[in-house]
Formats: sequence, C-alpha cells, structure tokens
Amino acid sequence: MNNFSYILAAQPDEALRDWTGPGRPAYLAGGTNLIDHIKLGVDQPQRLIDVRNLGLDQIEALPGGGLRIGATVSNTALAYDERVLKDYPVLSQAILSGASPQLRNAATTAGNLLQRTRCSYFRDGLSPCNKRQTGSGCAALGGFNRTHAVLGTSERCIATHPSDMDVAMITLDAVVRLRGVSGERTVPLQDFYVAYGEDPAKENVLKPGELITAVDLPATEWFARSYYFKARDRASYEFALASAAVALDLREGLVRDCRIALGGVATKPWRAHAAENALKGTRPTEQAFRAAANAELSSAVPRAHNGFKIELCRGTLMQALQTTAALA
Amino acid sequence: MDEPADSLASASFFTGARDVAAGISRREAIARTLKAGAGLSVLSQVGGLLRGATEPPPSPSAPGPVTVTLNINGDAHTLAIEPRVTLLDALREHLGMYGTKKGCDHGQCGACTVLVNGERVNSCLTLAVMHPGDDITTIEGLADGDALHPVQAAFIKHDAFQCGYCTPGQICSAVALIKEGHAKTDAEIREQMAGNICRCGAYQHIVAAVREAMQPTG
Ligand SMILES: Cc1cc2nc3c(=O)[nH]c(=O)nc-3n(C[C@H](O)[C@H](O)[C@H](O)COP(=O)(O)OP(=O)(O)OC[C@H]3O[C@@H](n4cnc5c(N)ncnc54)[C@H](O)[C@@H]3O)c2cc1C
Ligand code: SF4
Ligand code: FES
Ligand code: FES
Repeated sequence: MNNFSYILAAQPDEALRDWTGPGRPAYLAGGTNLIDHIKLGVDQPQRLIDVRNLGLDQIEALPGGGLRIGATVSNTALAYDERVLKDYPVLSQAILSGASPQLRNAATTAGNLLQRTRCSYFRDGLSPCNKRQTGSGCAALGGFNRTHAVLGTSERCIATHPSDMDVAMITLDAVVRLRGVSGERTVPLQDFYVAYGEDPAKENVLKPGELITAVDLPATEWFARSYYFKARDRASYEFALASAAVALDLREGLVRDCRIALGGVATKPWRAHAAENALKGTRPTEQAFRAAANAELSSAVPRAHNGFKIELCRGTLMQALQTTAALA
Repeated sequence: MDEPADSLASASFFTGARDVAAGISRREAIARTLKAGAGLSVLSQVGGLLRGATEPPPSPSAPGPVTVTLNINGDAHTLAIEPRVTLLDALREHLGMYGTKKGCDHGQCGACTVLVNGERVNSCLTLAVMHPGDDITTIEGLADGDALHPVQAAFIKHDAFQCGYCTPGQICSAVALIKEGHAKTDAEIREQMAGNICRCGAYQHIVAAVREAMQPTG
C-alpha cells in the first residue's frame, strides 16, 4: 500500500483548492472503493482529501418537488429515507440489494456513482488492462469473461459498471450536480457516463478536480410505481450478473410512459431506450415485455463465457416489468 | 463436548486470548475472548512491542506519522501513525487489541466489523485518521465488566461458532442489526447479517442466537 498524506477539507472550495498542488490527489469519501484500490495497487494517489465534512450529507426536499441528495449521504441513509421508500422505491431496493449493511453505512452517494469495475484483470494490478494502463491491452477479451459486459463494449474493454444504485437513479431522471474551480454545472446522470472510446479509463464527464456535490431527483408521480430486480451468483452480498430497474406510468390499461435501465450487463449503467420505445403505448402483457427486452438485447455482443447473460438479462427484465405492472 | 484448548493450536492467534493455557476448555477460551475486556489491559501493553513489526517499510519521501486520538470502548488512545494505517491495523498492530479480526482485508468478509458511533462498518476499509472524535466500539467493549452483552451470551448459548474467527465481527454486526430494527423474520436476519461470512458455516446457530438476542426480554 503506497503512502499518502491526508487532509480533511471543511468546505467544497477548500477541497477544490486542496486538489491543486504537488503529488497525485484523490477525493476520499467512504473509502470502500478507493482504499481497496490503494491496497491492490490499482490506484496510487499521494494525497487524499477527505470530503465527508463538506456539509453535503443531507437529503433535502426541493422547492418544486423532488429531492436533493447530498454527495456524502450514506447509502444506508438514502435507502431508508421515508421519501425515497415512498416516492422512489426502485432506488431503495437497488441500494439494499448491493454490498452489505457495513459497506452501505460507509459508502456515499458520490462514491457509489464513481466506483470502478470489478473486472478481476483490472483489480489484479498485473494483467494487461487498458482501463488501468492505457494501451496495455485487455486480458478479459481472450480470458475468463463470464462476468463481463454484453452491451456497450469495445475491442478495448468489456468491463461492466458494477453499481446497483446508479441503475435505479438513471430510471429516475437523476441529475448530477458538479462543482469545479470555474463554478457549478449540472449533468443528467444518463449523460454523465460515457461510452468506451479510445481510452476506457475515461468513464464519465467529470473533469480533474471536479467535485460531485449532489444528485437531484425530479418529482414524477408515477416513479412511485418502480421496482429493482437483481440476478446474481448468491442470494446477497454479491454484484449483479444482470439487473433491471423499471418505472411504469400505467393508465387505462396502457403503458403511457416508462423508464428502464439495466445493470451488470453493460459498460455503464444502461438506459434501455430501445426497450422503452418498444413498450410505450402497448398493453402490459408478457408478449410486450418480451418484445421490449428483445429490442434492447438485439445489439448485445456475447464473448466466450458470458453468452448466458443475454438470456439471463431477458428474463430479469421481463420479471421486473411483470412485477412492476402488478404493483397496486 | 469441550476440547482442551491445546487441540486448537492456533487458538491464541485468532482469539487474541494470548493467555490461553493448557487445560482451559475451548468454550472457556472463547468465552474469554467474547468478554475480552479482561485480557485487554495486558494486551495494550504488548501492543507497543509489536508496533512496526508487520508494517511495510515507509516509501521514500513518504509523509511521516501523524497524531490521532481514537476513542475506543470509552478510552482515549493517542497514536502516531501514518495516514495509510487502517482502523483495523491501528486496533490490532498499534493498540494490541486482537479481538477485531482480519479476514480478507478488502471488505468482502465482515470479520473486521466494529461499531463507529453505533453504526457497523468494515474497519479494514476505513483509515484510522478518519476517526478522531468518533466513538469506536470493538468486541472488547461490549461486555459490562464480567457481565456479557446479551448478544455475546446468546452466541455462547446457541453455540454460534466453530473456529470462532468470524465471531467478533458477527457479534458486533448483530448488535448493530438489533439497534437498526430492520430484521424481524429469520430471512431478514440472514439478509441483514449477509455482510458477515462464516467459513465454518455456523449460520443456523448464528441466526438462532441473533433471534434470541432480538427478543425485548433478552
Ligand atoms: C465487497 C464489496 C461488495 C460490494 N457490492 C456492491 C454491490 O453489490 N452493488 C453495488 O452497487 N456496490 C457494491 N459495492 C461497492 C460500493 O457500493 C462502493 O464501494 C461504494 O459505493 C463507494 O462509495 P465510497 O463513499 O466508499 O467511495 P470512495 O471509495 O471513498 O470513493 C470512490 C471514488 O469516488 C471518488 N469520490 C468520492 N466522493 C467524491 C465527490 N464528492 N466528488 C468527486 N469524487 C468523489 C473518489 O475519489 C473515488 O475515486 C461493494 C463493495 C465491496 C467492497
Ligand atoms: S475488460 Fe476493461 S477493465 Fe477488464 S481487463 Fe479488459 S480493459 Fe481492463
Ligand atoms: S477483513 Fe474487513 S471485510 Fe474482511
Ligand atoms: S466460526 Fe469459523 S468462520 Fe465462523
């Protein structure tokens, strides 16, 4: 484990100032991903700037409705918030399906958004990995890729984004609030993550030193009819092989509107536009659910060991749609 | 049946009960660990000798030690440690408190579970320097003198361990679970205890112990 200095910032602007200076900096929140990576040698920052004390630990009601979730609100606090349980159940369910109570207590909203892949070649610190070491290759392409992605991949990287929380937030039209030295900006969460390009280490639009300060959720009445379903190798304390977050606006027996996102199968939390378009305006039947899943998965690319994920994801999404449609 | 502690050659390593002597039964040895408070004052003295023994050498031009005061089981401990020292390593390697266990060191097993301001966390994935001013409770701090914490007593009554390595983490986790109040059924206890892996597979008895400790009457 490389050594580093540690500083506890007291205000967002102080954290931004602390970022500049000699030696590679990194923001530290719950530490459940960053400290793991430092131990593995995957990340070797020289200066840690603790952001847990910036006054960003509240969940506030927005004036026009909706919620503002501070960057350092713990995953536990968010999952059990009464407003989240009532208005955005998919978010609570997704968070509680992930990690463990201990980890969720330490993990934060921003840290969860920025967690890195669990690709074992990325984490071993040794194998060729374009994400860890630009241009070194991708050991997973010809290696054991059972847990890897089937959507959004490139010949440079096929790693999945591991988060459950983010998949739910995508279906809730979440907006990320960012703060840098030149001021604040907002980015819809679905545009926050980028497709793998030349450099698969570039996973999002965050600029160096920019802080995530909050995530906003809009007030949309029908988001109360939402649900998260996760398939994995064991019943708990395990990452998704495939997961689906669904919100349905059902009126007069028709799907008026919907949001669908997939986890565990794609290189980023995956907004399933093709599935949404296939489902809108239809009656919520098994046939329609299958057509929606097929529409999204027709572009899936299997590798040597992860072909099963396509069928698993189809079933996962159909199950999620069926359960959501049946909610009272 | 109780076995002599001798047959558990590594017992002193994993229980931290360095005073385990021939003739003490396994059950007694573990009960001592569960209480732990007894051996603790001795252990915190040897802690100083062990300091540095298991740490990697500092890298060149590395930032030096910083001073941090940790409030552990009601006692303030001031340490000079490098920022990279995890809370787990501060407890074990710098304070000689071996009750909290290191299993995976990567958040994947729960053996290192402690309570920070009453909330359970993995002490292997948090830095000691992140916790000045926090109230930290470890397995050594649960008993009230010689009176076991109800969760400790329930674990002994239900024989909720085999090797005992995961047990301090299981017990700290269960103490928090009861306070959180999200688990009512056995299935919910299992889900809420999922962050604590037991390699021996003592899960049936662990669930029974937690279920009993959850009862309002104890
Ligand atoms: C064993 C294990 C199992 C897990 N299982 C699951 C699972 O099933 N599902 C799931 O979704 N997750 C799972 N996780 C991942 C867990 O959810 C993440 O580790 C956690 O959410 C990260 O949050 P943190 O606050 O600890 O982040 P940190 O580790 O502190 O930081 C993560 C990254 O975010 C950056 N960062 C943090 N805050 C800010 C900010 N405000 N602005 C800018 N950058 C910031 C840091 O610099 C770092 O790069 C698991 C983790 C472990 C160890
Ligand atoms: S899939 Fe991506 S993260 Fe995994 S080895 Fe290939 S380049 Fe690295
Ligand atoms: S040692 Fe911390 S979770 Fe395994
Ligand atoms: S009792 Fe041996 S690991 Fe749980």
